[in-house]
Amino acid sequence: MRQEYTITVYTENQIGLLNRIAIIFSRRKINIHSLNTSPSEVEGIHRFNIVIEETEDVVRQLSRQIEKQVEVLKVYFNTNEEIIWQEMALYKVSTDEIAEKVKVERLLREYGARVVAIRKDFTVFETTGQREETNRLIKILEPLGLIEFVRSARIAIIKDSKGFHEKVKEFEAREPSAEVVENEYLDKKEEVFTM
Amino acid sequence: METLQQIVKEKTPEPVKAAAQVSIETTGSLAVLDALLKENVDTVFGYPGGAIMPLYDALYDYNEPLNHVLVRHEQGAIHAAQGYARVSGKTGVVFATSGPGATNLVTGLADALIDSTPLVCITGQVFAHLLGTDAFQETDVINITTPITKWNYQVTDAEEIPSVLAKAFFIAGSGRPGPVLIDITKNAQLQKFNYEGYNKCNHIRSYRPTPNIRKEYIEEAAALINNAKKPFVIFGQGIILGKAENEFKKFIEKGGLPAAWTILGMSAIPTDHPLGVGMLGMHGNYGPNVLTNECDVLIAVGMRFDDRVTGRLDKYAKQAKVIHLDIDPAEIDKNVKSTVPVWGDCKETLPLLTALLDKKEHTDWLQQFHDYKKKEEETCIQPELHPTTDVLSMGEVINLLNETTKGEAVIVTDVGQHQMVACRYAKYTQTKSNITSGGLGTMGFALPAAIGAKFGAPQRTVVAVIGDGGFQMTLQELGTIMQTGVDVKIIILNNQFLGMVRQWQELFQQKRYSFTDIMSPDYVALAAAYKISSNKVTDRDKLKSAIDTMLDHKGSYLLEIMVGKENNVFPMVPQGCSVSEIRLS
Repeated sequence: MRQEYTITVYTENQIGLLNRIAIIFSRRKINIHSLNTSPSEVEGIHRFNIVIEETEDVVRQLSRQIEKQVEVLKVYFNTNEEIIWQEMALYKVSTDEIAEKVKVERLLREYGARVVAIRKDFTVFETTGQREETNRLIKILEPLGLIEFVRSARIAIIKDSKGFHEKVKEFEAREPSAEVVENEYLDKKEEVFTM
Repeated sequence: METLQQIVKEKTPEPVKAAAQVSIETTGSLAVLDALLKENVDTVFGYPGGAIMPLYDALYDYNEPLNHVLVRHEQGAIHAAQGYARVSGKTGVVFATSGPGATNLVTGLADALIDSTPLVCITGQVFAHLLGTDAFQETDVINITTPITKWNYQVTDAEEIPSVLAKAFFIAGSGRPGPVLIDITKNAQLQKFNYEGYNKCNHIRSYRPTPNIRKEYIEEAAALINNAKKPFVIFGQGIILGKAENEFKKFIEKGGLPAAWTILGMSAIPTDHPLGVGMLGMHGNYGPNVLTNECDVLIAVGMRFDDRVTGRLDKYAKQAKVIHLDIDPAEIDKNVKSTVPVWGDCKETLPLLTALLDKKEHTDWLQQFHDYKKKEEETCIQPELHPTTDVLSMGEVINLLNETTKGEAVIVTDVGQHQMVACRYAKYTQTKSNITSGGLGTMGFALPAAIGAKFGAPQRTVVAVIGDGGFQMTLQELGTIMQTGVDVKIIILNNQFLGMVRQWQELFQQKRYSFTDIMSPDYVALAAAYKISSNKVTDRDKLKSAIDTMLDHKGSYLLEIMVGKENNVFPMVPQGCSVSEIRLS
């Protein structure tokens, strides 16, 4: 049965790895619904969250292909029931429209929205939640002249995960090798994985 | 210019020499060459160019320990390195320049990845400050080669060179081997830095080349085999790559298990081994194909269920319990669901499994393979090896070659009908003898691969068997043979067609021979232009002496043999059919 799966990938921080992982999907003509990269609970190890809609069999094979990549430490895949997940959305609307036609307080209360910017000409709201929640607010704001909308990739926590610290110890069981020197073109200050 | 060894010798005070780590100033290029020597590399296949000139300049002083083979095209370099790696079991090394030099490696990288051949390819790249500016001969080699390398990395700072090359050799040669590409910018090759010596890499925390063996699966597998009435082993190149030929032989001999090879598994056991029942696949032998769908336990060792082996998947060995031994977890359940997966290096898993096996013989079951062999013998093998017409067949050439070389030669084949015929009929007594492009099916592979094979196994006779189509794809490598004087015997089986495609056109497209009729140059004259001795044979009565002359000749030799224009290779499992629907004609 095809359903949404969230693939969690723990990796080293290496230029080009995002591409190496992305082409595993594109080679098989599989559409990535959402992709997020961020630091993980373990320092120096990055975490990808990739959302696709496929059968369990396909997801398992994809996960093995990803795990086969040299700089990938571990891959997990989970159904939506097995994870806690959130997405964030930003909405830009005209301040005049919104002040005139809506009770902003109600909007904020009912949809769990926050105002992140108010200017003379525009206002930006933010919501965090699952797809239906972020979609609901679009419905309300669309008739009021929604100027811009953007939604972030999904980030997800695996319910029964005990974290990656123990795994890393296992991976480092043997004497760790000398790390490859950072590439000078990689922005070392930036914690977030960059392409 | 001094070599790094000389520098170390001269500039290191006596007492310090004993210490492993000495910091000396060197260049990125010298560090590359030192890494190669520390990895016991003796041969490099390559072609110089602008962005790799600093490395070639350093190489100028290293021609003693490092034999550089100048090819005529970078594709030739990488196929040669593949041939070298496949016969020697070592990692092949390639040098190429940036841009077109690097893109010319693409076919070889794809070939080496799909056929699990360990390679380290070093490409030059434009200066780091020019990256992304569309500089002269700049190509995004890392991104082009990402899907066709096991690992790749761009070096922009010479300090990275020792550790990156150590990683490269470790990754290429360990686990399931594969090609690695290291792209080194010109500034890094020129850059001086404090070199602290080369440390081999044997551990990368995110990379686990050999999975932990799980004993319960070994036990389950042994129980399945012990209870089997019709066990059948199919094996691939994993045996050869794992250097587990002896372990494998003990395994099948103790269990009395009939065993068939894939095209790349061929020669892992001698072709006349009493339990060896032949080749699997589209043009494999009759018995192994049909009986795949009759065995009760199918034991796959170091093979990946390629579609050319399985035919139609939903009708493949459905009755059988499947045991799959593989080092690569991604291969388990990829094409064929396994009942018992045995992850691990077969060098370790096979002895564990053998220890739990009952000593058995499956005489009646083995007899079934022999019965099928008899049928195949009558309809396919006899007519191919002993044709009744005047027209020469590819099979009789291979048969004569077997008789003359006594199965001791390395045979390198290209892709097409001649490849299938050679692999069907060649006899081998030693492992690492059958070199061919299996997974990718790269025409043009054989000539450069044979050159590399001879460098990898100089004591062995190397015979390249090539079709007239494939030969014309990389024939410029005759220049490499001329210049290096490498002793390669070349047989061109000329049927004046792109034979395999023509066969399909005949069988499935009503003989609409769309662009498969191909002309050839005068190969004898061509060989002469390259100062290579040659001969052309069209008659049967001259064939034996021509092959003898070729093999006795000191140095390279090209023998063109005119064979039947419209001969077909049978048996054949037509595409989309089950292995049991194999056709004998």
